[in-house]
Order: sequence, then structure tokens, then C-alpha cells
Amino acid sequence: MYPSKFDYHRPSSVQEAVQILADNPDAKVLAGGHSLIPVMKLRLAAPAALVDIGRIDALQSISRSNGSLRIGACVTYNEIANSADVQEAAPLLAEAAGQIGDRQVRYRGTIGGNLSHADPASDLPAAALALGATLHVAGSGGSRSVSASDFFVDLMMTALQADEILTEVEIPAAGAGTGSAYVKFEHPASGYALCGAAAVVTRDAGGSCTGASLCFNGVSATAVSAAAAASGLVGSDLSDGAIDSALSGMSIPDATGDMFASAGYRQELARALGAQALRTARDRA
Amino acid sequence: MAGESNGAGVFGSSIRRREDPELITGQAKYTDDLQLSGMVYCTVLRSDYAHAKINGIDASEAEALDGVIAVYTAKDIEASGVPGGIPVGWLLPDMKIPEHYMLAKDTTRYVGDGVAIVVAEDQYTAHDALDLIYVDYDPRDGVADPKKATEDGAPLVHDEAPNNIAFDWEIGDKGQTDAAFANAAHVASLDIVNNRLIPNAMEPRAALADYNSITGELTLYMTTQNPHIHRLLISLASLGLPEHKIRVIAPEVGGGFGSKIHHYADEAIAAWASMQVGRPVKWTATRTETYLTDAHGRDHVTHGELAMDADGRFIGLRVDTYAAMGAYLSTFAPAVPTYLYGTLMSGEYDLPAIHCHVYGVFTHTVPVDAYRGAGRPEATFIVERLVDEAARVSGIDPAEIRRRNFVSPDAFPYQTQVALEYDSGNYEGALDKALEAIGYDDFRKEQAAAREEGKYLGIGLSTYIEACGLAPSAVVGSLGAQAGQWESAVVRVHATGKVTVYSGCSGHGQGHETTFAQIVASALGVPYDDIDVIEGDSGVMPHGWGTYGSRSAATGGSAIASAAEKVVDKARTIAAHLLEAAEEDLEFEDGNFFVKGSPDQAQSLPDVALQAYLAHNLPKGIEPALEATSFYDPANFVFPFGTHIAVVEVCASTGQVDLKRYLAVDDVGNVINPMIVDGQVHGGIAQGVGQSLYETAVYDDGANLLSGTMLDYAVPKAHFLPSFETDRTVTPCPHNPLGVKGVGEAGTIASPAAVVNAVVDALSPFGVNHIDMPVTSEKVWNAMN
Ligand SMILES: Cc1cc2nc3c(=O)[nH]c(=O)nc-3n(C[C@H](O)[C@H](O)[C@H](O)COP(=O)(O)OP(=O)(O)OC[C@H]3O[C@@H](n4cnc5c(N)ncnc54)[C@H](O)[C@@H]3O)c2cc1C
Repeated sequence: MYPSKFDYHRPSSVQEAVQILADNPDAKVLAGGHSLIPVMKLRLAAPAALVDIGRIDALQSISRSNGSLRIGACVTYNEIANSADVQEAAPLLAEAAGQIGDRQVRYRGTIGGNLSHADPASDLPAAALALGATLHVAGSGGSRSVSASDFFVDLMMTALQADEILTEVEIPAAGAGTGSAYVKFEHPASGYALCGAAAVVTRDAGGSCTGASLCFNGVSATAVSAAAAASGLVGSDLSDGAIDSALSGMSIPDATGDMFASAGYRQELARALGAQALRTARDRA
Repeated sequence: MAGESNGAGVFGSSIRRREDPELITGQAKYTDDLQLSGMVYCTVLRSDYAHAKINGIDASEAEALDGVIAVYTAKDIEASGVPGGIPVGWLLPDMKIPEHYMLAKDTTRYVGDGVAIVVAEDQYTAHDALDLIYVDYDPRDGVADPKKATEDGAPLVHDEAPNNIAFDWEIGDKGQTDAAFANAAHVASLDIVNNRLIPNAMEPRAALADYNSITGELTLYMTTQNPHIHRLLISLASLGLPEHKIRVIAPEVGGGFGSKIHHYADEAIAAWASMQVGRPVKWTATRTETYLTDAHGRDHVTHGELAMDADGRFIGLRVDTYAAMGAYLSTFAPAVPTYLYGTLMSGEYDLPAIHCHVYGVFTHTVPVDAYRGAGRPEATFIVERLVDEAARVSGIDPAEIRRRNFVSPDAFPYQTQVALEYDSGNYEGALDKALEAIGYDDFRKEQAAAREEGKYLGIGLSTYIEACGLAPSAVVGSLGAQAGQWESAVVRVHATGKVTVYSGCSGHGQGHETTFAQIVASALGVPYDDIDVIEGDSGVMPHGWGTYGSRSAATGGSAIASAAEKVVDKARTIAAHLLEAAEEDLEFEDGNFFVKGSPDQAQSLPDVALQAYLAHNLPKGIEPALEATSFYDPANFVFPFGTHIAVVEVCASTGQVDLKRYLAVDDVGNVINPMIVDGQVHGGIAQGVGQSLYETAVYDDGANLLSGTMLDYAVPKAHFLPSFETDRTVTPCPHNPLGVKGVGEAGTIASPAAVVNAVVDALSPFGVNHIDMPVTSEKVWNAMN
């Protein structure tokens, strides 16, 4: 487990980091290192240089303003899971972050790294999708914003350019009558999501559903939204029966299979976990 | 400190492990922690192909890399004139024994087979250089499945083994067994796969070799469970150095589970490289390499049948197994699916006719050898699965059918139809205790009620027996072992009465330093803290055969007990002389010799030791000093047994198996340290649960290892497991001085059948009668839908 040689940079600002990336086409951003370092040790990746963004102050904070929650890219899962602001404004994200890996992983891994790495079995992408997150990105060409639904392009591929850094994740704060839940079926070896279901529902005063989203990790090459199933719930009373019927025809496009679980079984898990997540979200709304 | 720590009562008390403070605080020194001056590093280039011809190797770029000292291939080893062999140490009749050389010469036979080695100034360079060696491979087809490998036309691993059959072995009486089946009222029949496992000791294998070209001495620090065996094999087969010029030292060893018994190429390579470059050479496996080179376990494809009469009494058992050997015959591999497997087919049952037939099969995979339990988990699994299936087809309750067929407590010694003679046992005692503790009768009601609510609970029994404490040397010799299986001990009482014990065992996590000191404290009446135990250095202790097969207490402990007895005998002679009394009149109690009735006029063992060393006043004919050596050859195997019970709930919507309770009642004979015994049982169960629910080595059709990392290979985590409930019955072993049996493997042997039986029980409403391990949620879901 010895990586190949690489240079190491530790910029103190986003601007500086972006410049180093632009100057070094074979460089990679290093955040929590909990995905990048293992692949380097296995020599599946051999970047010529690492740009460690872990000490850039601007990427470290959680804040709320104007009805939205903003989380810096280098905020760790542990901070997210335990932040009162996140628990209040985006409890789904706190719940998903709290289920990642083990304690060591949660103390090192970052939201920016998790979303940028775009591992299909990661726990945060579905939550980011379900919450309608906006991802703020800085590059040598300036800054831009990408919606979560445009961010995840393919297996471990995002909308980020090589010289771009994800700087901040912005999430609209949950309104009244909103409930959410993240339910994960752990891969027994990796602990990642064999399937993870992220559900958000809103109910009006009478209890009928005014909005729903249901997204999955682990089932296909990227996190996916089961938009049709979710929209089928709008207007319903969110009873168990309504949930079951909304999910009965659900089929995740391009579900993937591997030696541990077939694509078909992942679909079954999505139905089972999706129903459980929706029921829990409803009870919390 | 828990329990009594001094005197006779120390045997049997839960003294905390004296090994732990160093281990827990990170002070313990493992092989990879060691640094020698001038040390360099070696790495091994491994085949990416399961099967390929090597057309050529171009190492020029690697050799040119700054910091690289040398790159070697098989040709260089051949040119050096060493024997270069990696031998097999157990011979079966008509077994094919293809050459196994330290590096592949012209053909690679599994992904991981060594092709070239790099020696470099540092680890990073040694790894970088691997990427610069270009091997011209001509890939061939490979085969990984042991049954398919025997089919006509399957790719051959070795040309000299047609149909890839290494050996064709059987035990029992086929005619008698077939006749029993002809008369059967019911027959239970199962086809099973006993899944291939990857050992995963926490510490990867490592070696640090230091060859002194002036004295011709090789010091080899390595991760070993048996330093003397490694010394012997390196001397005889690999390097040709005289045995007395090799010193093998096991520093702290972080687990083995069998994987550090075997003699692999890598440690010999490090030693050979040190001979070439004249500097100490270190090799440490990466975790990927442990997956690709540590001998795997299990990997059987089996058909089994159990015949019953109309009352559910077992009248015959027959088992046919294809057992993978992997690409080469590893050190003790041929013994595992034969003498450690076929001989266990009687289980705890009075079975009048048994026949077991085994093909040992070459496949293009990592060699398979002993892994915790070695053969006995596979035997227990097929027998206990068949017993549950017999219960199902005959409609008799699983506990009742076992009870009906147990060897009864008054039938010992019991001669099975498959060679073993069980020395003692009370199988029903353990079963009753376990059923009572789990609440068996109430469980069936709870299960029925839960099913009404769409919840699926299941209970599974495994009433196991195993043979361990390896082993009577003449017996294993007659069966093909190229090794003895006795054990050695030295008990040395110093002039001050402090004691050093040397054992030929070689612990690697078992707690020998604690338990062996407990044995000696009891035997000599010396304070526990005054006794140290030293193991794992072929330069220090007499020849020993090491630690595996749950043998250390039964053989090593017995050797220590008999050496201690010799010490006491000699001390008694000296004490009698000092007390001017007749030896027969002396009592020995709590470390003091005294004339019966006069305990106030005593000579303590330290008093006697001092006199023994001063030698100013010894009885005639008695040599100075106070120590004894013992070589203990056991009279028989030992036979731990017990009942394990698993309770599971199966999730109807996902198929996930939740192990809710796990209860073990084991009989391991007398217990030296209950806490350590519990620890062994817990670890063993966890590993067996791992096999049953999570772990499996997956090869694709081209024999590529797909489960090559811990991201894919599921070692159970703490939160997958319930808090185990353990209890014991005690039936002392009648033939060793301590009355002890073995405990290291019991949990791994018993638990897979208990868990799978429980899942099958839970799924009985779905008409399921078997699911292969690991019982993943998808397999369960499919079975339910
Ligand atoms: C034992 C273990 C268990 C784990 N279990 C889980 C689990 O259960 N669920 C789960 O979701 N994950 C799990 N992970 C992965 C973990 O969440 C990683 O932390 C995460 O995938 C990557 O985040 P990081 O901050 O560590 O990023 P790094 O490893 O530093 O980087 C990952 C990738 O993202 C890029 N990158 C990082 N930050 C940015 C940024 N701000 N802008 C642009 N690119 C960036 C890097 O260049 C790199 O390519 C586990 C990891 C380990 C080691």
C-alpha cells in the first residue's frame, strides 16, 4: 500500500488552489482523503500532485441566511451530523452524514469530497438531490452554480472541470410541514450503501401531501431521483397504502448489478427502503 | 486482577491476559516494526493472469531505477543453485505432486503467483519498480470451480494431473453404506458449496531476513505459527542451508488462523535475497497481497446423503466432495479435506455405516490450506445440515432427532466408522443445557405467533464434535504427515525461585504467556508473576511443532505439565535430603515440601532451587540446577464437543438476516482460564458467522479474484453480531495430564451450521431446504419470492 510519488501543495485560499490546479493538469484536490488516498495506495490513481484544500478557512463553515443553509466543502460528516443548524434546516443531510462509514471516516470525510467523488454508493448524493441542493463551484474561469440534478453526470463523474473546486453546498431550509428520512442498506463489506433511500415530504394542515421527493444511492451509476413515484404521492394522504401504490410500479432506470447484488435485487431494495423512508418522513412531517 | 493469581487455585481462574498491555498500547513489536542496520526492501511482482505462459521478462527499466539494487526472476534463483522448492508436507497415496518453485518459471497458475522480485533501498522504490517490469504473458484459460475443473476439457493447472485431480481419497465402507441406503425408510440429501474463505489475520505476513555470509547463518524474523517447521522446510526444500545455521524467530504475531502455518515462497525469497545482496531484506505483504497469497480456506462442492430407518435412526451417511487445492499443494493442504474432514463424518452420532469420497482438485486459484477449523467446519457443516434436513424429511423435531442418534454417554470410548476413537463425551448434557438456556419450547410458540404477523423467526442447532490437539505422531505419520505432532517444553527454575518456561508452541494471540504460566503456577506452587513464558524462537527452545489445530493446551500445555512434574520430582529428592527425611514421607503443597504433619519445617521450592544451583549439598547422584525438558506425544486426539444455537429473524421485504441470539455450550474439558476460553469461543463464532452470512472469495469464470479487497470481502463487523451467550459442560480429557481439550477452533466449526439451519428454519413456510453460504440478503429474498 505504497502510492507513487506526488507533489503536495497546501494553498490557503480558493483562488490559490484553483491557480495550482490550472497550472498542474495532473493535480488532484485532496479534501478528507478518505476516497483519494485509498485509491492512490492501491495505485489505481497516481496524481502528479495533490492540492490539499483542508486548511482553507473559507471552506470550513456552516451558516444560515435568507432561508438557505450553506455548508462549506470541507465541513466533515461529523460536523454536519451534529450541527444544530443542519439538523433544523436539512435534517435529511444530518441523518445521512451520521450513517457514513465509521467514526474515523466521519471525522475526516467532507461533504465536498463525497459529492465530488460521486461514488454511486456514497450516502450524500441522494440527500443532495432530494433536498434540491445547489453546488457552488470555483474555477480559473470564475465561479458558477450547478444544481445537484445536473451535478452527477455518470459513474464517478460530475459536472466539475479539472481546474474547478466545489466550494459550497447550498440547501433551501426545510419549511413547515416537512419531514424527511434516510434509510440505508449497508453493503456488508464496504459499509457503503447497497441502496440508500432519501425521502422528503411536505404535508398541508389537512395532512395531504403537497410535495415529495425520493432519491436513491447505490442503485445505478449515479444517485437518481424517482420523480414519477414521488409525484404520484402529491395530493395523497401519504397512507401506507398510498406509498405502496406509488412505489409499486417504480423502476430505477439503468440499475446496476455486481457480484454482491443483482440489478433486480437492488430494485427490490429500492422499493422496500423507499417505502420505509417515505413512511418515516411522513411520520416526521 | 480478576481471579486468584497465586498457588494451586490459579489454574482455572480468569486472570487477565498479561500480553494485553503491550498489545493495546502499541508497544508490541511485530516483524514489520523491526529495523536492522543496512536493511533493504523486497517486493514481489505477481501475475495478473490466472493462467499464462511467460514468454519473457524485461526488467531493464526497473533495474535502472534509482534505488533499485536488483531484480530477480526464477532463472536467478535456479542459477544460485538453491533447491528453490516450496514443498508439501502431507503425502497421500498416488497424489500428484507438481513442482512448486519459489517463483513461477515459465507458467503462472493463479492471480498472485510470483513472477519476479525487486530489492530496493526503500519500500516506495521497491513498489515503483514493480510497475517497470514488463512481462510478456501468453494468457491461457483458467478454471476456479473445483468440480468444473475435473470435467473433461477443463484447462489443466498441471499437465501431469489429468482432470486436475491431485488425489482421489476415500474413507469408510462403501458396500456397507450402500446397503444401508438400500434399506432406508427416509433419505435426506443435499448439494452444497462450502464457500472459499480468505483468512484476514490482522497483521499481514512479513519477513525480515538477515544472512551473515561469514558465518553462514541466516536469522529470519517472520510471521509464523511454527518457527521450527519453517526452519525445517527452508533448510530442506527452499534454500539448502544447514538446519542449525537457520534461526527462525516469531516476534509478536498478529493472528494467523492457519495462514501463518504454511511455508510460502515469499519468506524464502526474502531470505534468498539477503543471501544475494548481503544485507538484511524485509518483505511485508500489502493487504492486497494477503488476499492474493495467504492460503485460502474451505472451497468444497459436496453432495451428501443421510439414510434413516422408520424411527429416524441414522443408518448410513455418504458424502462426495470436490475439494479445491488451488494451484499448488500447500504445506498441509492434502490433510485438510481428508483426515481432518472425512474422519469427522460421524459427528456426535452413532452411525453404523459411513462412506466419504474426496477428490482433491487443482484450480487456478490461490492454494487452499488449513484455515481455522481446517476440514472440521466443512465436515460439521455437511453433517449438521443433513441432520436438519433429515429432521425435515422425517417430520421429527431437530433436537429430538439428534437426541435419538447421539453416541450415548456410556458408550465411550466410541469407535467411529471413520477411524477416530472418541475418548469421552456427554452430548445430550450439552444439548439439554443449551435448549434450556435458549428456551427452545417457548421459542417454537413465539415463532408460530410471529409467522401470523408476517415475521419469520428461525432457530438452528449445531451439535458438533471435533478432533483436535494434533496429534499422536505415529498416527499422523501413518496417514501421510511428514512431521511429528508431539510438543516440547522446558521448565527452568532459576536460583532465586523465579521460573522461565520455554514452549515449542508459538502463540499469536491465544494468550499462552498467561495460560501456560497458570499451569506452571499451579504445578509448582510458585507465584504466577514469578513465571515467564517464552515461545517462538528456534534458536532458544527445543524443537516444537507450533500452534494450530487447537493443539497448544492439549500438547504444549501437557508438555509443560510433565516438565513441571519432573522439576517437582527432582526438587522433592533434594528437599528430602535437606530435611533428612524419606522422599515418600514428604508432602508438596503450595510450593512447600515438608514431612507429613510438620508443615512449619518446610523447604520451599525457591529454597530448594537455591541449593540446587549452589550444589554444595546435593544428594548423591543428583545433578545441579533445577530444570526439566519434556517432549510430550499425545495418546490420542482430543474431542471437544457441544451445542450451538442460533436464532435469526429474516426481513420479509429485504431478505436480510438478523442474528438475534447466539448461544454456545461447549465442552472443552478442564478450563485453564475461563475468560480466555470465552474469548476464543467468541472469536471463533464471529468467524463462523462470517462464513455463513458474509464472507466469500469470488472468482470469475476466468479465475480472476473479484473479492480482492476489504471493500468486497465482508469480514463481519462488531455491529453485525449479537452479544454471544456462552456456557460450558466439563468432561475432562481422560488421556492428558491436564484434562484439557482444545478451544481455538470450536466456534468456527460449530457456528456455520447453526446459522444456516436457523435461516432454513425461518424460511420453512416457503419450502426452502437449503441456501448456500454466505446467506446473503439477496439469496434469502429470492428464496422467499
Ligand atoms: C473505511 C471507509 C468507509 C467509508 N464508508 C462510507 C460510507 O458508508 N458512505 C459514504 O458515503 N462514504 C464512505 N466512505 C468514503 C468517504 O465518505 C469519503 O470521505 C468520501 O467519499 C470522499 O470525501 P473526502 O473528503 O475524503 O475526499 P477525498 O478523498 O479527499 O477526495 C475524493 C475525490 O474528490 C475530489 N475532491 C474532494 N474535495 C473536492 C472539492 N471540494 N472540489 C472538487 N473536488 C474535490 C478529490 O480530488 C478526489 O478525486 C468511506 C471511506 C472509508 C475509508
